[in-house]
Amino acid sequence: MGIIKVRDLVYEYIRRDEEGNVEGITTAVDDVSLDIEQGDFVAVLGHNGSGKSTLAKHLNAILYPAEGTVWVDGKDTKEEKYVWDIRQTAGMVFQNPDNQIIGQIVEEDVGFGPENMGVPTKEIWERVEESLKAVGMYQFRKFSPNKLSGGQKQRVSIAGVIAMHPKCIVLDEPTAMLDPQGRREVIRAVRALNDVERITVILITHYMEEVIYADKVYVMDQGKVAIQGTPREVFSEVEKLKELRLDVPQVTLLAHELAKEGFPMPKGVLTNREFREALDQCMR
Amino acid sequence: MLRDITLGQYYQADSVIHRLDPRVKLGTTILFIISLFVFDGVGGYVTAALFLALVIRLSGVPFRFMVKGMKSIVFLLSITVIFNLFLTPGEPILHLWKLTVTQEGVRLAVLLSIRLGFLIIGSSVMTLTTTPNQLTDGLEKMLKPLNKVKVPVHEIAMMMSIALRFIPILMEETDKIMKAQLARCADFESGNLVKKAKSLVPLLVPLFISAFRRANDLAMAMEARCYRGGEHRTKMKPLHYERRDYIAYLVVLCYLAAGVFLGKFLPLLLGSVFA
Repeated sequence: MGIIKVRDLVYEYIRRDEEGNVEGITTAVDDVSLDIEQGDFVAVLGHNGSGKSTLAKHLNAILYPAEGTVWVDGKDTKEEKYVWDIRQTAGMVFQNPDNQIIGQIVEEDVGFGPENMGVPTKEIWERVEESLKAVGMYQFRKFSPNKLSGGQKQRVSIAGVIAMHPKCIVLDEPTAMLDPQGRREVIRAVRALNDVERITVILITHYMEEVIYADKVYVMDQGKVAIQGTPREVFSEVEKLKELRLDVPQVTLLAHELAKEGFPMPKGVLTNREFREALDQCMR
Repeated sequence: MLRDITLGQYYQADSVIHRLDPRVKLGTTILFIISLFVFDGVGGYVTAALFLALVIRLSGVPFRFMVKGMKSIVFLLSITVIFNLFLTPGEPILHLWKLTVTQEGVRLAVLLSIRLGFLIIGSSVMTLTTTPNQLTDGLEKMLKPLNKVKVPVHEIAMMMSIALRFIPILMEETDKIMKAQLARCADFESGNLVKKAKSLVPLLVPLFISAFRRANDLAMAMEARCYRGGEHRTKMKPLHYERRDYIAYLVVLCYLAAGVFLGKFLPLLLGSVFA
């Protein structure tokens, strides 16, 4: 069984007026099922309001399903006795780095999770050191988070999660508030974790470029999974992605347009190199 | 830059005083303040001055740094001195227009300025040599017995340190909102007091909204990292007393004893020497 299994998940936000009467119900996640294997790099795509963040919060037992079930490492998130186990198994990184750093010094923030778990002092220091090294922030361990750039702060947040030794990390739009440089730093750190430490990564994003390295992509729209498959399969469906108001990477789009004009281009070109090879084939 | 502000004016250095356990520093500061009001006579104040000089010397903080902290309270200090000087009844020694300076007045004014001055310098030594984080840690551990009477000591300390962490962030945010409102022709400068207060509304409302949103996000992030209050929690940097801390306590005890002794007997000693 995979690390995360979601079956028929439904979640509704209920709006109430001042007297507490129900004004309206928004179904944020509508009948979603997922299977994620240990060690996978999974991306969840979708524009604003597609329900991707709500889905992410279910994987960490921050929200509980209205219908359906979520199992993390075989444990049902609805069972209260498992809440802390689940939060330790599936760490979560949020969008705004300022709002998730608790410590006033980098190393203290990274130690916050292990402190909460009751890890002995000596081991906390070991964990802090290894996780700061894993994201390349060890030389900043004595800094105040206020003096770091956005990308560095977000890497500290990731280190804070790794220090809890999770099997899986859920990143909820970790790059949405960063500049291109910071975005590259964070994605590089995340990919390294997946490659080297074999931590399962679930990346929620709306940047297409971040998705091409994933093992599997889920595209969400209006609370439902609209497309799923490998990046190549997903990006083959350029027209459908456009319908869902999502951009595709520029080379993919160019290849798609060329194919429409009658050039023998393969579907789902993802990188510049693939594009050049395909173009060479055409010219021959 | 706004984000460089550290609260409590911590002075970075590596001295014995900096390395002391924050509990020692907190306790000493409280004892020192009490001692200033208990000590009597010249002997007591001389001892206090010597003790303070020794601590400042050891702390490695330049003296002008302490004086800087004094500037803000000079006004308050001078008012107290003036009131005491003129309004204490007793033996008149000087007449200025309608006011009378009395012997008791002079005595009280001098005494009070010494007490207040020492008090402020003494407590600023603590804030200059202790980071806010260490202070909250120290407070948490010192007040731990209150847990038994259901005071949520850990939670209070956590709130304090989070508040400290968010001060620079909220300052920066205030600055941003202010500029945004200025760009839309908001006026924070002109008008009388009432008008000025009213003009702060477009600044405070967005600031409060954003602070609540941040609080919500932070609470979620803390829960996601398994935060569940003080129970079962271990410390990354636990406080424990070392030899220097016991020595410091000993020094403070000696100081108290010397102060009480000299305060009582210095006049007698001097009297017997000169007699």
